Amino acid sequence: MKAAVIVFPGSNCDRDLAVAFERAGADVTMVWHKDTHLPEGLDIVGVPGGFSFGDYLRCGAIAAQSPITRSLIRHTERGGYALGICNGFQVLTETGILPGALMRNANLKFICKPVGLKVASTETPFTSGYDLGQEITVPVAHHDGNYTVTDEKLAQLRDEGRIAFTYTDNPNGSTGDIAGVISKNHRVLGMMPHPERAVDALHGGTDGQAMFRSLLDSFVSA
Amino acid sequence: MKVRVDVMLKTGVLDPQGEAVRHALGNLGFDGVETVRQGKVIELEVAPGTSEDTIKEMCEKLLANTVIENYAIQVL
Repeated sequence: MKAAVIVFPGSNCDRDLAVAFERAGADVTMVWHKDTHLPEGLDIVGVPGGFSFGDYLRCGAIAAQSPITRSLIRHTERGGYALGICNGFQVLTETGILPGALMRNANLKFICKPVGLKVASTETPFTSGYDLGQEITVPVAHHDGNYTVTDEKLAQLRDEGRIAFTYTDNPNGSTGDIAGVISKNHRVLGMMPHPERAVDALHGGTDGQAMFRSLLDSFVSA
Repeated sequence: MKVRVDVMLKTGVLDPQGEAVRHALGNLGFDGVETVRQGKVIELEVAPGTSEDTIKEMCEKLLANTVIENYAIQVL
């Protein structure tokens, strides 16, 4: 598996994400936001958490206009895989690669704690290693994780099986308890919780490992 | 040429910040504040003759997230 992790000014989970990919057996290249091209022959692009561009204007809005992001959009349009976590999810919605928007948490607080997630779909290369309905614990750390979509879009996401994870106890007001959504072709996942912060016993849990292993398996068998 | 762009959450999109401000006003003794909606004002100094279509494009591409926000353009 060949992965690239994009680094924006203000990204702070880029190295964690790289380590999580590496632990699953990936070759990882870090890519600076000013680069105009992603490396050749990539299996997946990781868009990490953090506070790209200081969250100015809206979380992820400026990063969505970075030179590398144009290359990321082309990559996904060609059917390439991508994983956006936390701020990375916000970037993916700001580019329009994924639907909806991440708004300020309903309780207005920055929430930083492990949360329960329910695996809502295993029909994705990211979640095939979990059981449907399985409950896992993964940390969240965000101020703007309140996933917002219209009722019509929510119905569409449900019909198309595009909700990857839901919260067992919604911490931020997200529509439909949604914690992670996938693209129409099931190759792009955006989620607010941090699976890369749950891949080592020292993290306090390893429930994120199955995601990176699922990815590796899907690329090996593909 | 000065342009002012008002960005507001769309009707129907919950505004927890506006709601918190409404509560705080109530705590200060200002009764009867029914709703508070919080938005952004963005002022631009642009080249004279910049068309409204160009400003509109700026709003659509960056200044507003039209999934959740509306914008209004005012040439000052």
